[in-house]
Amino acid sequence: MAADTSLDKICVIIGASHAGVNVAFSLRREGWEGKIVLFDSDPEVPYHRPPLSKAYLKADDDSQLDLLFPKQNYISENITLCLGKTIVEINKESNQISLSDGSIQKYNKLVVATGARPFIPPIKGIDLASNLFSMRNFADAVNIQKAIISSEEKRVVIIGGGYIGLETAASLRKLGAKVTVLEREKRVLARITAPEMSTFFSKLHQENGVDLLANKNVILIETSEGVNKLLCDDNTTYTADLIVVGVGIKVNTELAENAGLVIENGIKVDSNAKTSAENIYAIGDCTYHFNPHYNRFIRLESVQNAVDQAKVAAAAICGNEVEYDAIPWFWSDQYDVKLQMVGLSTGYNQTIKRIEDNNEKCQSVWYFKDEELLAVDAVNNGKAYVLGTRFIKAKQQLDKEKLMDVSIPIKQTSFLKD
Amino acid sequence: MTKITFVTSDDNSITVEGNTGNVMELAVQNKIKGIDGNCGGVCSCATCHVHVEPKDWEKVGAPSTMEADMLEFDEKVSDYSRLSCQMKVTDAIDGVVLKVAK
Repeated sequence: MAADTSLDKICVIIGASHAGVNVAFSLRREGWEGKIVLFDSDPEVPYHRPPLSKAYLKADDDSQLDLLFPKQNYISENITLCLGKTIVEINKESNQISLSDGSIQKYNKLVVATGARPFIPPIKGIDLASNLFSMRNFADAVNIQKAIISSEEKRVVIIGGGYIGLETAASLRKLGAKVTVLEREKRVLARITAPEMSTFFSKLHQENGVDLLANKNVILIETSEGVNKLLCDDNTTYTADLIVVGVGIKVNTELAENAGLVIENGIKVDSNAKTSAENIYAIGDCTYHFNPHYNRFIRLESVQNAVDQAKVAAAAICGNEVEYDAIPWFWSDQYDVKLQMVGLSTGYNQTIKRIEDNNEKCQSVWYFKDEELLAVDAVNNGKAYVLGTRFIKAKQQLDKEKLMDVSIPIKQTSFLKD
Repeated sequence: MTKITFVTSDDNSITVEGNTGNVMELAVQNKIKGIDGNCGGVCSCATCHVHVEPKDWEKVGAPSTMEADMLEFDEKVSDYSRLSCQMKVTDAIDGVVLKVAK
């Protein structure tokens, strides 16, 4: 069906991070000739978020933000950036959105790319804590960096041993901080990786001087004269000049929900990124979407999903419908370790770990459900990552005996069944 | 200024100029089709894969081990594959021709 993309049409995008910005530029590539208006409450020109907890934070100089696109590209592509603006309502009956300053913006097509915000756990005293930060926006990274540089003792407690917590720990070590990570579960990265990976990262952080503790449920924060005391439910206490909270996110679904869109663990969209409402699309971290490869609905917090759904939505808006069909991938950089992950390991019943050349720092964990390869976590091992991606995509049956045998090098045909 | 020519998968030849950053960033700034640089330039995603014209291979040089590992089993690999985020824009690569991998 040919879509009306003509000059007098307006596409409004709420949220100008990886998803929102990519849908804007993709719309131009797909032939949208009308206006494109991009809103975000963040005042910065849209930037890459992943480096904030990695390269950006550990630099002790005034390093530059990594912009998603240079400023002039928004001008040359005629994309109107409205930064520092907060949307308070979507009115799908009148095809318009309302801003907190009282103004109204009409749309013909609307893309909701509202993402997520850090979840702040209901710990007693958390709202009165001194120098307590989350890590999501540029302002967070700047504030953490400033607080560390101006702190004499530089005692940091990170609540949560997920990727954000661990990356922040690694970066703050580079800035000379004394870092303690308190993880509530019995191991770090418990929600997303196999025990083998948790063990590897625990050791890596301990080698780098991070005090990394599991089974630590913080129940109280007491703050006096700028120093925080964190109490855990096992009666241990930790002192912090600075606290970073990284215990997960809360999806920004409120605008969509109040507009009457279907919400189910996120904004529910079909394989063309369409929501339950006409002319409204949703993309990125805020969506609950169908993944054909794994044959189920999922919600993902990732750059890959943001960018891939943005392309799908742009095509659909312009009438060139393509179905979303991507294998999720992620990465994390900590110290001298690059972790690359492909696929979704949920539901696995077997893992195979390979260590190449007796080098612990070059390993991979392969997740299987029976004979199906679900996911691969690769540590400093681009070969395992790329090959794993190809095997997962092709639903390639592998010979697990061969995969276990580290004397067989990683090659395209090494692990195929005879 | 360093001149770099990109050839896209639909055989469009586009010459651009730059003097800082890496080649992927230069391509993104200039809207080169097929160069996405999704990971922001940290050698994690291979969405900036190019094939260097053989005549320019010496100017550009071979990839690092980490980059070579990402390329070895890539479906679009050639003997002249590089990830453009790992190539700095310097005088040394002035005039090179890079084909977007397809």
